[in-house]
Amino acid sequence: MSGFLEIRGLSARLAGTGQRLLRSVDISLPAGCVRGLVGESGAGKSMIGKAVLGVLPKAVEIIEGEILLDGQDLQKVSPAERRRLIGAKAALIPQDPLTALNPSRRIGPQITDRLVDILGWTKARATTRALEVLAEVSIPEPERIMRLYPHELSGGMRQRILIASAFAAEPKLIVADEPTTALDVTVQKQILKLISELQARHGTALLFVTHDLGVVSKVCDTLSVLYAGKVVEDTTVERFFAAPQHGYSSALLAATPRHTDPSSSLKPVPHEVLETVAAEIAASDAAWRPNGGARG
Amino acid sequence: MADNIFEVSDLRVDVADMTRKPLFGPAPRLEILKGISFTVPRGVVLGIVGGSGSGKTTLGRTMVRLAEPSGGRMLFDGHDIAHLSDAAMRPLRPRIQMIFQDPLSSLNPRLTVGRTVAAPLNARANDPRVGEALEHVGLPAEFAQRYPHELSGGQRQRVGIARAIAMRPEFILADEIVSGLDVSSQAQVLMLLEKLVAELGLTLAFISHDLSVIRRLCSRVIVLRSGEIVENAATADLFERPQHAYTRELLDAIPTPDPSIRW
Repeated sequence: MSGFLEIRGLSARLAGTGQRLLRSVDISLPAGCVRGLVGESGAGKSMIGKAVLGVLPKAVEIIEGEILLDGQDLQKVSPAERRRLIGAKAALIPQDPLTALNPSRRIGPQITDRLVDILGWTKARATTRALEVLAEVSIPEPERIMRLYPHELSGGMRQRILIASAFAAEPKLIVADEPTTALDVTVQKQILKLISELQARHGTALLFVTHDLGVVSKVCDTLSVLYAGKVVEDTTVERFFAAPQHGYSSALLAATPRHTDPSSSLKPVPHEVLETVAAEIAASDAAWRPNGGARG
Repeated sequence: MADNIFEVSDLRVDVADMTRKPLFGPAPRLEILKGISFTVPRGVVLGIVGGSGSGKTTLGRTMVRLAEPSGGRMLFDGHDIAHLSDAAMRPLRPRIQMIFQDPLSSLNPRLTVGRTVAAPLNARANDPRVGEALEHVGLPAEFAQRYPHELSGGQRQRVGIARAIAMRPEFILADEIVSGLDVSSQAQVLMLLEKLVAELGLTLAFISHDLSVIRRLCSRVIVLRSGEIVENAATADLFERPQHAYTRELLDAIPTPDPSIRW
């Protein structure tokens, strides 16, 4: 089954140094499904999310591979067309709600701007829609909230607003980049439940970037485990938590704290595992020929 | 030597609420800690847990006297340190150390690791105690010549730990020391801390919002909510028989890495 989002053999490097950041990444995400991107810092999980949304930093260049959004290759269209395409079909739930919202503007226009600018809606239609989605994320008195500034709201409320904003244009794909890292556990649970609920109701495909395997087990259907920009395991959540296949995956799972079984959790990742995965990456790098020949 | 390293009774901390200050006259007081009482027996690892704004960091900072309480008593090894002056605190300071949340902002970027660890000892970077402290935290002695930016997050946090244990303190406060680390470095740092507590006979107060980590590391737990202790229990009891509704709410919200446990 071909996914709504298809990433095929995506490789990226740091311009200038030539250091590889992504190593032939394959990811398939059907409509209505949730895929977790898991890994430690520097594994490239956010990088993939940024590549999908076309917001990679300038210093990162894609060497090869395709990103198909609803069947259209984002690499092959003009930047303006890409912007329109992504704007209409995809959205982001960012990590930190305080930096993602402009502190000097009211909440309302921050939700409606995107609808007016990219989708060409009228202001009235955008406002109606904004009120609708704010109500959907259980924000009380949406009319009043629209007139407030970000600092007047709690962290959980701000994150709800960003979720509403992401769902406002009824995107078919949402990239959530560590959306609950800045929140309390109790608020985290509410927010994750809200994201899952909306995702299921609207049949949105969700790419969920996180470092927390606990969160993955609650919200995702499938997951890709990344190490140094390479997908080391691509599996379903059930299979992963029952029996991870790759040594690095099992080590990651054993390192995750688990209050139901404290003695067998928080195990540091053994050196041998890291050496094995580094050797695998070196071997695949040696075998890799960009664009079928010319060395990158 | 008192059996309880800390005896805290009716500890209060308040600050001026500048957001509600009238144009003239003093600002109203905002209570951060509302009369907290507990004891820390020698040799325990005490977890302090609570949501943001519950006062856990304020409690920690008050215990190490980076902040002065506005009321109550706080006995450290029998001395009331609640209102001691800086000069009177000084002889006690080596016995009370702290490990900070963010190693990058708590390590001086212009000092080598060796000088950072040597600074509180009033020693030179080649002092044998520096090498010993680095060895304790599992860093090779050559690391004394490195700068913080040359280290990984986990290694930096080890330097923070080395600096704290180099003084041979009796009590260490660790405030969210692994929240910025990846799971694998988090596991390493916590296991190291567990080993050091046993080897050096330390008493540790461990502030965290992560109950799974507390479960693994701590023998007792204090649950804070808006400046009050809602529960103070042995770790196993707290997890198996939580008494307070807020504790149950916190426990229910832990994302256990197991898809069969639904929310």
